[in-house]
Amino acid sequence: MIRIEPRPAPPRLLTLGVPVLAALIALALAALPLAFAGADIATAYGEMFKGVFGSLFAFSEMLTRATPLIFTGLAAALAFRARLWNIGAEGQLYLGAMAAVAIGAGAIDAPAIILIPLIVILGAAAGAAGMAVPALLKTRFGADEVVTTLLLNFVILIFVQMMLEGPLKDPMGLGWPQSSPILDQGMLPTLIDRMRVHAGLILALIAAGIAQFMLARSVWGFRLRAVGENAAAACHAGIRVNRTLIGVALISGALAGLAGVGEVAGLKGYLTADLSPGFGYTGIVVAMLAGLSPVGVVIAALFIASVFVGADSMSRAMGVSSYLADLVVSMSLLCVLIGGFFARYRLVRAAKAPA
Amino acid sequence: MMDLLQILVSDSFWAASLRIATPLIFGVLGALLCEKSGVLNLGIEGIFAAGAMAGWMAVWLGAGLWGGVLVAALAGAFFGLIHAILTVPLGLSQHVSGLGVTLFATSVSYFIYRTALPNVTSPPRIEPFRALDIPLLSDLPFLGPVLFQQTALTWLALIMVALVWYVLNRTALGIAIQAVGDNPDSVDAQGLSVYGLRIGAVVAGSALMALGGAFLTMSAFDAFFFGMVNGRGWICIALVIFASWRPGKALLGALLFGAFDALQVRLQTEVGALVPGQVFLMAPYILSIIALVIAARKADYPRALLTPWFKGQR
Amino acid sequence: MTAPLVLSLKALSKRFGSVIANDAVSLDLHRGEVLALLGENGAGKTTLMNMLFGHYMPDSGGIDLYDAAGNAHPLTLGHPQAALAAGIGMVHQHFALAENLTALDNIALGSEPLLSLRRDRARTRAKVESIMQRSGLTAPLDTPVGRLSVGERQRVEILKALYRDARILVLDEPTAVLTPQEADSLFHSIGAMTRDGLSVIFISHKLREVLAFSHRIAVLRHGVKVGEMATAEADDRAIARMMVGADTPTTPREPMQPGAPVLHLDKVTLTGTSARDRLQDVTLTVHAHEVLGIAGVSGNGQSALAGVISGLRAPDRGTISVAGTPIAHPDPRAMIRAGIGRIPEDRHHDGIVGAMSVAENMVIERLDEPGIQTNGLLNREAIAENARTLSKSYDVRGPGIDAAARLLSGGNIQKLILARVFEQDPNLILANQPTRGLDMGAAAEVGRRLLEARKRGAGVLLISEDLDEILSLADRIMVIHDGHLTEVTTRDREQIGLAMTGEPA
Repeated sequence: MIRIEPRPAPPRLLTLGVPVLAALIALALAALPLAFAGADIATAYGEMFKGVFGSLFAFSEMLTRATPLIFTGLAAALAFRARLWNIGAEGQLYLGAMAAVAIGAGAIDAPAIILIPLIVILGAAAGAAGMAVPALLKTRFGADEVVTTLLLNFVILIFVQMMLEGPLKDPMGLGWPQSSPILDQGMLPTLIDRMRVHAGLILALIAAGIAQFMLARSVWGFRLRAVGENAAAACHAGIRVNRTLIGVALISGALAGLAGVGEVAGLKGYLTADLSPGFGYTGIVVAMLAGLSPVGVVIAALFIASVFVGADSMSRAMGVSSYLADLVVSMSLLCVLIGGFFARYRLVRAAKAPA
Repeated sequence: MMDLLQILVSDSFWAASLRIATPLIFGVLGALLCEKSGVLNLGIEGIFAAGAMAGWMAVWLGAGLWGGVLVAALAGAFFGLIHAILTVPLGLSQHVSGLGVTLFATSVSYFIYRTALPNVTSPPRIEPFRALDIPLLSDLPFLGPVLFQQTALTWLALIMVALVWYVLNRTALGIAIQAVGDNPDSVDAQGLSVYGLRIGAVVAGSALMALGGAFLTMSAFDAFFFGMVNGRGWICIALVIFASWRPGKALLGALLFGAFDALQVRLQTEVGALVPGQVFLMAPYILSIIALVIAARKADYPRALLTPWFKGQR
Repeated sequence: MTAPLVLSLKALSKRFGSVIANDAVSLDLHRGEVLALLGENGAGKTTLMNMLFGHYMPDSGGIDLYDAAGNAHPLTLGHPQAALAAGIGMVHQHFALAENLTALDNIALGSEPLLSLRRDRARTRAKVESIMQRSGLTAPLDTPVGRLSVGERQRVEILKALYRDARILVLDEPTAVLTPQEADSLFHSIGAMTRDGLSVIFISHKLREVLAFSHRIAVLRHGVKVGEMATAEADDRAIARMMVGADTPTTPREPMQPGAPVLHLDKVTLTGTSARDRLQDVTLTVHAHEVLGIAGVSGNGQSALAGVISGLRAPDRGTISVAGTPIAHPDPRAMIRAGIGRIPEDRHHDGIVGAMSVAENMVIERLDEPGIQTNGLLNREAIAENARTLSKSYDVRGPGIDAAARLLSGGNIQKLILARVFEQDPNLILANQPTRGLDMGAAAEVGRRLLEARKRGAGVLLISEDLDEILSLADRIMVIHDGHLTEVTTRDREQIGLAMTGEPA
């Protein structure tokens, strides 16, 4: 008979090693679908590796992909730390992007030094507003935020489509449902000449650094952790749980909003309804792989971005469906969950019954 | 006003409501079964996609319609089993595991579909379920067109409502499932297996959810599209709370929802010029959120929902 | 005792990690016998019974059951199913009942074939009714268990075991949730059942009831059986020494003149859905230099009263004043600021954030204080220094101040909470079941600290289900029943017990 016993204190090596191992296992498991698709496995892995590390351009593409994932990963990590299930980063990302084009695509003509901060702040505010609604529905009415944030993603996406066919539609867009482009001086500068990686990455890294510091060292972070780990005790100790949750919700929404800002003002230049290939949902995987640590989010986002960019490139070269990347990402989430179990518990073989 | 009344008394409107409600009935029943045993199953959205894809593909490969239904149910059971293992014996976060299963089931379905049909421009079609058209009964005024011209899957959904109700309330198995969702110790102390009951309920519930997906590709439409589930799973999770975990109220909730959706389609054709079409598209999601907010305060959650239980730790 | 053997535990041992919970414990039980298993919290009583019932697998040792002819049959270990089939029934302290189901459904659970499409409820009901008649234990069968009283739930638990034809019944601290009168009637029923041939093991740490109702007593200490004797020959002082290993330190309560009122509740009403969270026109005053004890059976509004005073629940009507000033918007923060120190009933659930460090838990109520934070950033050195000082003066032992608080033992968690509360020099201390689950040494420490605070000038509101604790610590006693609070002037346990059932004292 095997029984489950909690470890008193999970060893540090295990806590750090589990996500790495989970990611590697998920990557190795990709061999199964590759074999199913009839691809040569070694070549496929080689193509994936080349797709990320094969050239400076490839590497820059990976960093570009990682930028929104750091933001949405942070959005999920902070919210989950407080046991606030924000599954709505996808919608909040679109709200941020929409605010960015609403202000940046000609509504205001100002120099970069004013316009860029304005775009960033308004984008963050729009994302925050998007998360304020489910947070209030939770604290006021007790409506489960998992379901409300999930459903709001659909509402917001439809709203974006409506705006793109209405007020935000580009009159020069030949009838395509897309917004007017953001003014040149509103665009975030690129970091390397002729590469797409942009200043949004710097913003994302700064955000991760601040989040890490605040979580560990500030009263705000203390309250957030207390509410997340044991809301009843936090409340008993005089911490205002609802106020803390709404605060976290706003920050989380703002971070997701910034992901949208980066995508339109750093990369695409204009907004379309297919701006995000599910960055919001992938952010949850990033956060879980990171063990909900902000610095971990950066590393996890780089890994997930590599999977996407590598698989895309492999897919183009070998004709294997690029849904392989989504498959690896979802498997890494399941693997890290199982790994987390083995970090917290151990299996003990109980003694056999004496005859 | 007259128009609205006309819509509400027309048999075609109610037939459409029941048709729209059918996948939701499967989904709500499945989610209800899982949650009654104490396990929230957010894998539902992905399990819908898996059921839709697997059922369709089985038929497309020549399995026959009922073979397709079976394959869909098995696919749902498979992904349900993953969620059950992660959340029941391993006791992991039901939220995160459910989302993980949704991502996994969706990407598996998409990957298999893409790999099997790499170069199709328009999705291949199958011959879907036909309306049953029961002689005599379908000629009844009003009831005939509403009830007796639905496909077999709608009938299966209605039968499932009765079956789930009967099992939960009138059999020893159902009583045990309700007990394990309220206090697992009560079941364990009487020598029943907490893990067995919960895993069983989640697997069975997931198979039901997959039938909701199968309805989409085998009855509502005749092909598989990416993104065709479109939040229906999440709507079911909201409806379970609205229905207070009762199969009868779940049917009512799904029907009301179907009616509202059918109504908005008709209103769209009436007043479509005045309001952008997207307003109507948003309606079902907003309606679900409103239903959730109304029901949340007095919701009578199964007491052990979301709480893992480990053997030998009392 | 000449009755035949029904059960013998043979040298059962069980260790959890490095802790030896049971060390070669042997125990015999005879037909029709009531065996009391005495011991402090953590002495290993529950572990022993959990091995008997198959919840735990012993590391070594065995269990034999005897049939009517006196032949021994070894019990398959580690399988509750086997224990159930062998006629062993167990009633845990935390009832294993599904509250959404009726008593009848709970009783039948697990004894009907799961896959059958029909249930024979009539036969189940007939059998339960005949058991109720024979044993004198009655409970409404068709009401959801969630709506039954605690006493009724306990009877349902016993009926569950009897329905499965238990020959051996294990009761884990059965009287903890009962009034003295209810407890008497329970033992009365047990007497009737043992005359029918049932054998009973009951776990307790209450000497009084053990002496009054058992035939034989076995005492456990630190996992070892330290004594066994026939009740008729037992001496209560000797047993107490056996349980603790030494004489218990008793805290003398010196007489003291009460000072100014520190807490006043005026006609506080809380409308709740059940008796446990309802208060009706509760008026009370606690003075400085005074311990006011609230006695009562669990679930009569104690949690509601504690909730109101700790600020977790705002009263629907009535006012709360601290040191003469009414609290306008009572919430935990306002109560802490008003100088109320709170020792919560459930220390794991409400007292600590288990995943956070000992040091962090020691300052969790003081986050706004300038010494603890500067401009919103934590002063980590000050927090650590505070934790080192408090750990020393309150003797909080564990893996260190940076370790997660959940790693502390129950007694040390309570010390952490005491340190947090007493260090703030509160005007009033709300102590809700402060010694529940603690061993005698730790419990005595809590009592000593409370009396010390009283001496210093604080008022203490002590809510406890342990009448002995109230009698030894309180200057005045009030009884809570169904949300009503009444003062009792007597210190006679029978009369207080009567008041606890709602009878006028």
